[in-house]
Amino acid sequence: MGQISVENKSIVIPGEELASGMEFLPSFGTYRDRDKIVASRLGLVSIDGKIIKIIPLAGKYNPKRGDVIIGKVEDVSYSGWRINTNCAYPAMLSVKDATSEFVGRGTDLTQFFDVDDYLVAKIVNVTSQKLIDLTMRGPGLRKLSGGRVIEVNTNKVPRIIGKQGSMVHMIKQATDCKIVVGQNGLLWILGELKSELIAIEAIRKIEQESHLSGLTERIKEFLEKATGKKIEEFKGEQNDLSQEN
Amino acid sequence: MTYPKRIDGRKLNETREIEAKAGIIKRADGSAMFRIGKTVAYAAVYGPRNLYPRFLQNPREGIIRVNYAMMPFSSKGERVRPGPSRRSKEISMVTEKALLPVLNLEEFPNAVVDVFIELPQTDAGTRCAGICAASIALADAGIPMKDLVAAVSVGRVDDKILVDLNYDEEAFEGKVADIPIAIIQRTGELSLLQMDGEIEKEQLIEALKLGQETITKIFEVQKKALKEKYHAENGGEE
Amino acid sequence: MKQLKSQITKGLEQDLRFDGRKPLDWRKIEVEYSISKNAEGSARVKFGDTEVLAGVKLSVGKPYPDTPEEGALMVEAELTPMSSPEFETGPPDIKAIELARVVDRGIREAKAIDMKKLCIEKGEKCWMVSIDVVTINDAGNLLDVSALAALAALKDTKMPKLEDETVKYGELTKESLPLSKEPIAVTVLKIGKFLVVDPLVDEEETYDARLTVTVTDGSICALQKGGGGTLSIEDVQKMVEIGIEKAGDIRKHLGKAKGAK
Repeated sequence: MGQISVENKSIVIPGEELASGMEFLPSFGTYRDRDKIVASRLGLVSIDGKIIKIIPLAGKYNPKRGDVIIGKVEDVSYSGWRINTNCAYPAMLSVKDATSEFVGRGTDLTQFFDVDDYLVAKIVNVTSQKLIDLTMRGPGLRKLSGGRVIEVNTNKVPRIIGKQGSMVHMIKQATDCKIVVGQNGLLWILGELKSELIAIEAIRKIEQESHLSGLTERIKEFLEKATGKKIEEFKGEQNDLSQEN
Repeated sequence: MTYPKRIDGRKLNETREIEAKAGIIKRADGSAMFRIGKTVAYAAVYGPRNLYPRFLQNPREGIIRVNYAMMPFSSKGERVRPGPSRRSKEISMVTEKALLPVLNLEEFPNAVVDVFIELPQTDAGTRCAGICAASIALADAGIPMKDLVAAVSVGRVDDKILVDLNYDEEAFEGKVADIPIAIIQRTGELSLLQMDGEIEKEQLIEALKLGQETITKIFEVQKKALKEKYHAENGGEE
Repeated sequence: MKQLKSQITKGLEQDLRFDGRKPLDWRKIEVEYSISKNAEGSARVKFGDTEVLAGVKLSVGKPYPDTPEEGALMVEAELTPMSSPEFETGPPDIKAIELARVVDRGIREAKAIDMKKLCIEKGEKCWMVSIDVVTINDAGNLLDVSALAALAALKDTKMPKLEDETVKYGELTKESLPLSKEPIAVTVLKIGKFLVVDPLVDEEETYDARLTVTVTDGSICALQKGGGGTLSIEDVQKMVEIGIEKAGDIRKHLGKAKGAK
């Protein structure tokens, strides 16, 4: 009979033995070394029955089809834009994926998006060489105006958003800020500067404490104290990442 | 000639005091400080990120690029002229080879993982300290790695086989062999092996085995540095 | 860039910066001496998360022909690729060169080091002081942090033993490097119509012009304007006043530091 060598949700490092026994299955961030399951990422070990995986605590964004990201326009060509995606791989946005308007040949594309503009876009394809195709055609996908964009740990994005968007909703509610969280670790925020600072502080707290329990309570307490507002129970709205509130 | 007692009083299988911290350079994707005795190494990892010039890109997998340097005020003796030297280029290369066997870079075609190692203070064992720091920094950066790598020097001074030679031992008059090695934690296999000096075959094997035994202490320190980073502000895991 | 700049100025209109500071507030300043035991003098300085190490190495050489009774000073800086994704490996680029020269000018023009005391034999031998500044983490304002680190390293410096005109490295005397002045660099950025000190990286990417004022004993010993924009004489007056006023506060941190030899 096999055995598990670590506590569930504890922090493990590459090379650390997680379990021994052939009945265990190595999933994301782990590999099998003879009859042992070993971690190959720094993160929290997650044991779900016989499946062992790692929830990484660090690492750059790995682009996936279907992800909604925030990208920055790096270059404008005659047929589209090159977008910086906050990882090693830039993305291409072609004119036909940017707008349903008819765009004549030779039109100056900067009238749509110019260098340094931030966009909310969706990844439609990632090739084996990690070339990324984006689209701006879809609900909530748009150019962002005003506000500012900060970098967050891409691995903490699920915690920043929360179950069904509960965490980010709580922050938006307390600070009255508009927030869009990109899967690629870029986050856009717009509000009163003092409120923006509180929201960002809350987000940094989530990043630092994401591996500890009771996070939601602590963030709620922090927000209530910092803003003086009482936070209502979250009613389970479907959070569309790309919608502003 | 014999070497009756180590100059600093250590046992033959005793390393100097070891200390490590992870995440000390906020701008970097991963970073670490590693100290062994008076040798201190900083390592910073950036990546995976865009790689230029393009001809260096590998479409099958990412590459690692190491840059090792000693700060001008770091050595005993005269100021070290800044800039790459033949020695630092060689050390950069062997450090790369020491880390490569544990890295999984297939997920990052055409990209690079840059590792920068800088030493503010040196007292022998610099390339080993650099490898130890780099290993922590790579894990801290979330790079997929099969295992940690640690490095230490082993060798002989006259009739004694010992671990972690300091500057005075390296410079000892008499037969000395200075053997920096790097070992992969789980397998105990070597990813770095160099030697300076003179040694018999049996002594070499004895030294390598001594290295394998004592290096577990270094792995413990590396592990502690990584885990501590996440407990520091919060006083304990859940 | 325009978006970032307009966000920054929006905040400055309310006296707020991205990290919650007021325009003329500094981040937390920390100074630690003797961080590199092989250097004759060394220091680590942090302003918030920006961290720089500086080390002093002394050697004996021939004085410059136009100053036969004085020692020699050299300041070099490395903006390490370790400290920021913006820096590349290779020889110092113009940013590093400017930083080194501005730090040098502050120390030299303030006559901080008593160069005559560094003479060993007139026209033949003198002490050569090499200051090396190495950046560890760039979170903005590398220049001011580097200048303070260089000064702290000088303060930390003890003369090594000289035996038969050879330097006995590792054997330090109790004699300090003859330092009589403490020049402090204060960089002020102009963003739109606002002035800020101790800039963050975002502010350094969007400013119009900057002025580094190096101050010693209440008077100015060096100035360096940077950036592609212009400064009115009024701007200069305000920035210099800020420099003179705040230099004293920064200088105090040299005294509170840990690790002094």
